[in-house]
Amino acid sequence: MKHFIKSLPIFSILAALACDILLPDSAQHPVAAHSYFTWALLIALAVYAAALLISLNNKKVRDKLSYSALFYAGAVLVLNIINLLTAKFAVLPVLYFPSLDRVFGVLVEDSAFLAKCLAYSARLLIFGWLGGAIVGMLTGIGIGFNKTFAYWVQPLVRVLGPIPSTAWIPLVLIAFPNAVSASAFLIALAVWFPTTVLTSSGIASIPNSYFEVSSTLGADSFYRITKVGLPAAMPHMFLGLFNGTCASFITLVTAEMLGAKYGIGWYINWQKEMMAYANVYAGLIIIAVSFFILITLLFKLRDHVLSWQKGVIKW
Amino acid sequence: MVGNISISGVSKHFVNPNREHITALDNVTLDIPSGSFVSLIGPSGCGKSTLLRMISGLITMDSGSLSLDDAPITAPGADRGFMFQEHTLFPWLSIYDNIAFGLRARGIYKQEKDRVDEFIDMVGLKGFEHSYPHQLSGGMCQRASLARALVGKPKVLLLDEPLGALDAFTRMNMQDEILRIWKETGMTAIMVTHDVDEAVYLSDKVVVMTPRPGRITGILDIKLSRPRARSSEDFLHYRAEILRKLHYGGTIKEPSYYI
Repeated sequence: MKHFIKSLPIFSILAALACDILLPDSAQHPVAAHSYFTWALLIALAVYAAALLISLNNKKVRDKLSYSALFYAGAVLVLNIINLLTAKFAVLPVLYFPSLDRVFGVLVEDSAFLAKCLAYSARLLIFGWLGGAIVGMLTGIGIGFNKTFAYWVQPLVRVLGPIPSTAWIPLVLIAFPNAVSASAFLIALAVWFPTTVLTSSGIASIPNSYFEVSSTLGADSFYRITKVGLPAAMPHMFLGLFNGTCASFITLVTAEMLGAKYGIGWYINWQKEMMAYANVYAGLIIIAVSFFILITLLFKLRDHVLSWQKGVIKW
Repeated sequence: MVGNISISGVSKHFVNPNREHITALDNVTLDIPSGSFVSLIGPSGCGKSTLLRMISGLITMDSGSLSLDDAPITAPGADRGFMFQEHTLFPWLSIYDNIAFGLRARGIYKQEKDRVDEFIDMVGLKGFEHSYPHQLSGGMCQRASLARALVGKPKVLLLDEPLGALDAFTRMNMQDEILRIWKETGMTAIMVTHDVDEAVYLSDKVVVMTPRPGRITGILDIKLSRPRARSSEDFLHYRAEILRKLHYGGTIKEPSYYI
């Protein structure tokens, strides 16, 4: 049974290949330059076969495969069905649902341009995200530890924070010299609010006894803030960063409409206007993969920083 | 003379949530000689914890004077170790780092780092240095928090119902541990407790307090050699004496019927 499940992806890929090669393409679809989907299936077949071979001697790979094999088989089956619905039988509207050959084709043929767009988006995201996260944490720490600062700044946070950052677009366009700085500011704003709120509420929820015990141990107030306040508020701060990161993705795609020259959000928008839906899907795949990687990295960072929480709380 | 606490004419008022003025401590005078073990006992609201927190410097007094070796107490300091009812260990630090916290905060960790191991050993936590607090039992966490309070060589150890959250047997074992460490280090110990047996078992002197307003109503010198037997006649005599001072002595009535 175990071996059967592990070999399921092979069968699924072979079935997809059979459908793709044996059935004729619908005449309604424009012909792709190459049969990229077929190539993708062949590569997947080779990679999976190699993984199976490695799993004979490697327990880690073996466990991973026996856990994920069913999912891989299912994923290939979904692609197979999409291929049948689009390229083979043209069941879905041809204009909006291009064949997988063409979507994969964009990823290959347009890869240099897509990489450039991704780099532009990454630059915007990094500047905006870092700026928003750093200022957000500092604002949160200020509100959490300093009463005067909280008195003046907290109302500002409460009023400005809930405004969706994209609503600032008209103002930001006048205030900033160019589209890049305006977009980076919007992203920073989107990250800043949740980070600030959760950092300050994290600090507010620290039991007073932690501060009391540290002062009886001879810690001064700076030491109390950095060595007690920050680590104790860290789980909340990460929650804020997660919310902020998700908000930053939304803002990024919108912000790239502000007269950007390149960028993955801009690319999708531009291709949509050209009715080039294969390119739109390719852009979506790029966005999905890169945001998935970013979120995974953030999770890894959290697991590393908050390793002491292992077995205490899971969220 | 190190570790002598003198309290004279100390008062403290609070305003409770119903906007009533509460006199937590009313003109309290007490001298705690260095090296002695003193218990403050009394029902809730008698101001015993308030007094202990004042000695630690965590709260201020309204009037009176309070000094450690003739130096007035104004703020918390490492010369007065404090052990809370909950272990209050920092969950993000290992047991070792928790115990070393005070030394690091004062910037003397490098010179004194041997003391961390020494105290881990003294409270019997060898082998658990790298565990986190949530991986340890309540009793072990209290041991770690005792070591954390002691590692900075305080002159005075302040104990705020440190064993209140433990089960009866762990509690009796910990009482012996505290006694042993108190003797080894020779410091002054001041403990707040609800438990009459605990007070008699540990203390040289038991200070009995009553609430509204918080006052000292009696000071008993426990003249028993250690180790003390919890069921000896003398022990029970002191116990009864304290209960009587707290008005919990009760009266032995003639039963109204016989079986």
